[in-house]
Amino acid sequence: MKGMRWTAAWMLVALMGALLAACAPAVPDAAQAPSDAGQAAAAMEEDEKVLTILYWQASSLPGPYLSGGTKDQDAGAITLEPLANFDPDGNLVPKLAAEIPTVENGGIAIAEDGTSVTWTLREGLKWSDGSDLTADDVVFTWEYCTHPATGCVAIDNFDGVTNVEAMDDRTVKVTFADFTPWPYTAFVTGQSPVIQRAQFAECVGAAAQECNEQNTMPHGAGPYRLTDFKVNDVAEYERNPHYYGEPAYFDRVIFKGGGDAAAAARAVLETGEADYAWNLQVEPQVLQEMTAGGNGEIINAFGGLVERILVNQTNPAPDLGDDRSAYMDGQNAHPFLVGTPIAQAMSMAIDRGIIAGTLYGFAGQATCNVIPGPTRYASSANDACLTQDIAGANALLDAAGIADADGDGIREYNGQPLVVRYQTSTNTVRQKTQALVKQWWREIGVETELLNHDASVFFGGDPSSPDTYQKFFTDVQMYATGPAIDPQQHLSQWQCQYIPTPGNGWAGGNIFRGCNSEFDDLFAALVQTPVGAERDRIVKALNDLNVQNGFQIPLVHRGFVSAKANSLQNVDINGWDTEMWNIAEWSR
Amino acid sequence: MSRYLTRRLLTAVPTLLAISFVIFAVLDLAPGDPTGALPETIRPEVRQMIRDALGLDEPMHVKYLLWLRQFFVNEPLALLENALGVEIGNGEGRLRITSWGSRGTPVFDLIAERLPQTLWVVGLAYVVSVLVAVPVGVVSAVRQYSAFDQLGTLLSLIGYSVPTFFTGLVLIIVFSVNLNWLPSIYDTNLEVRDWSSFVQQLRQMAMPVAVLAFFQTAAVTRFTRSAMLDNLTQDYVRTARAKGFRQGYVVVRHVLRNSLIPVVTLVALGIPTIFGGAIITEQIFRVNGLGQLLISSIQINDIPLIQTVTFIFACLIVLFNLLADILYGVLDPRIRYA
Repeated sequence: MKGMRWTAAWMLVALMGALLAACAPAVPDAAQAPSDAGQAAAAMEEDEKVLTILYWQASSLPGPYLSGGTKDQDAGAITLEPLANFDPDGNLVPKLAAEIPTVENGGIAIAEDGTSVTWTLREGLKWSDGSDLTADDVVFTWEYCTHPATGCVAIDNFDGVTNVEAMDDRTVKVTFADFTPWPYTAFVTGQSPVIQRAQFAECVGAAAQECNEQNTMPHGAGPYRLTDFKVNDVAEYERNPHYYGEPAYFDRVIFKGGGDAAAAARAVLETGEADYAWNLQVEPQVLQEMTAGGNGEIINAFGGLVERILVNQTNPAPDLGDDRSAYMDGQNAHPFLVGTPIAQAMSMAIDRGIIAGTLYGFAGQATCNVIPGPTRYASSANDACLTQDIAGANALLDAAGIADADGDGIREYNGQPLVVRYQTSTNTVRQKTQALVKQWWREIGVETELLNHDASVFFGGDPSSPDTYQKFFTDVQMYATGPAIDPQQHLSQWQCQYIPTPGNGWAGGNIFRGCNSEFDDLFAALVQTPVGAERDRIVKALNDLNVQNGFQIPLVHRGFVSAKANSLQNVDINGWDTEMWNIAEWSR
Repeated sequence: MSRYLTRRLLTAVPTLLAISFVIFAVLDLAPGDPTGALPETIRPEVRQMIRDALGLDEPMHVKYLLWLRQFFVNEPLALLENALGVEIGNGEGRLRITSWGSRGTPVFDLIAERLPQTLWVVGLAYVVSVLVAVPVGVVSAVRQYSAFDQLGTLLSLIGYSVPTFFTGLVLIIVFSVNLNWLPSIYDTNLEVRDWSSFVQQLRQMAMPVAVLAFFQTAAVTRFTRSAMLDNLTQDYVRTARAKGFRQGYVVVRHVLRNSLIPVVTLVALGIPTIFGGAIITEQIFRVNGLGQLLISSIQINDIPLIQTVTFIFACLIVLFNLLADILYGVLDPRIRYA
């Protein structure tokens, strides 16, 4: 009996051991691959050229169509290419396309009843599996992403596209329904690369969810091709022998994910374990100290992202019940933020330089515009706000007769004390910004209550939650958003018709609920204006209207901060496109 | 014994069903969904389309029953098909549990990919900690208040109270940044082929294993020591000594065996946490284990994945509770099951 018990105990131990042994690091391919290849690989390992890229958010799928993260778009961009990319200055660079179609070279035909763009592919393009890449694959990409059941995240890129057809093997014509002044959306940028029909033909629509193998190992035409993909961990690439350009420099690319931003920065700047680390949202002082390691340098770029405070033009008072923050054709205006200079004073009281310099560091510069770039669209009309002016703000409020009658340090408007509730998503930098702003607003007699909600709730759009940015049940709220390289789509959301209301399920991008007929008229003109000086002027005017109406208070033009090893050459970090846009040229 | 086992296993079924329902309800009622993790620039209409494609807006009971069927019918069948290489019924049409975060990837494939790293790193740390802790605890108790005991107490106090994210960072700064001896990034694709890659594997495991083992050793040492102290003063120990047995024999055969009961409970109940991974440690060293899988799926509200992983943990906890109870009987013949 006693012996039996001990036997049972030993069996248990043996079972545990077996479990451990069974799960030894797998040697999956070694058994299948010819053994001499394995030896050759081992021998080569010493002088193999390997590029290690570190993303602290691991990629869950390589490619931009089913997963919206930058990590996924960038993991895809190493192998998947669009027809053209943007460079860091916002200029188009042809990739799969032989040249950029323009009105001048006849590639674009703009007309009242429709616009068409004719792209010509490079000669002799091949997929990484060796088969031909033709105009038909471009057509398929459109069909794939626009199928409603695919749930394509990048569907915005095909907005307004009514047809994509293959004229011949190398010519593809993209037709837009309306007058489209900026047709470089479909198949441009890392958000909209071309995928292979042969591979994804069975994965259109609802079936996209089930195509595990295709989704994790897409064939591309870019400089590298995928050899292995581990979800939320690591992707490996090798040089693509069928690439149309100069063969890529590196033998292998490792795209490793996980950890945190500080550790990623450390791996490039201090230990030298990685060559490139993306999106280093680390305290600027910490980052500065790490560069002392001497292994690498910090690089940054700016796109359209602006951290801004949205000023609620409707009344969010809790006692309104269902009418809280509802627009009601302007009948539910905010009690003191509409039609007063208070929002303007609040903007003047903020020291954007301090927020940008101490909280964002490499990743931010102070801005007074909601359309911050590219340069040709950036207005200079509001630049006065770059200097904090608390005295001016106080004078403005005094002049408007908004005074502190009861001596409690808080001004009143029509008897109502200026107390604003200020919400944002939970995030250290945002919380610190809130604290600074609260302090400045107190100096002009505005009291602030701070709130923050978890990002997945705040941005999650759960209709039953009162804490979403769409419902906007506070007086002001802060987050970052911004235009694409052409701001028309972004600006369109600020027309009166896009105000979120309980009636439309809080859908619509006019989150601040500001309605200005002048803006709508000007926007109607923008839609009819082709690229050129006049278009630049209208964009600036729309930006100025929005800011000067006090609908939004821009704070910081947010950029992208990465780190690269000193030995890595030709890296050109990009704020308008994927950071991997020119990985074909990276070398040592 | 077998009647006892059957009864315990049968009561486990409703327990687990209830657990699975509670987990699901909590996850489903919690605010937020996977589209919250998408970039802020994506339009609400597009978000809605993605929600529809994932079936997020189905009523809760539909989602729950679907998950139950997938977990208890479709997944075992898929496993069987893979193992035997045959197709049972309409294998293609049967939906497996797939992750929302990385669309289309079966949850069980993700778990299978993560399990080896977790078992190697966390499991090894566990084995190391038990192997170190039990002897240290025994010696500390036998030589109570000696220098060895004082040192052991000090170290276990430190191990127990310093959080793993701190010890992890200290180790990285000392061994990776300053000395440049050990890698701070765990390379999952490393294949152990020969001696040098084996050494590489040991080097990359050294720090996470050390961090975890330090923490766990502390707890088990204290338990062993106090259990030993309780027993050392018992009459049966004096009797054994009076019979003339050597000190070592008395300590190992009599005292240790009787002291093992609380230790075994602690160790057995701790085993499911191995599978749970060590969330923070895995995150720090970029070991892509189960803990990291769980935390990243929680961040994006990937409910099928969270649900499945937590439910498997629940099963393991129920199972190891049962094992611990059986082991009591092995160690203490006075305990009888009926």
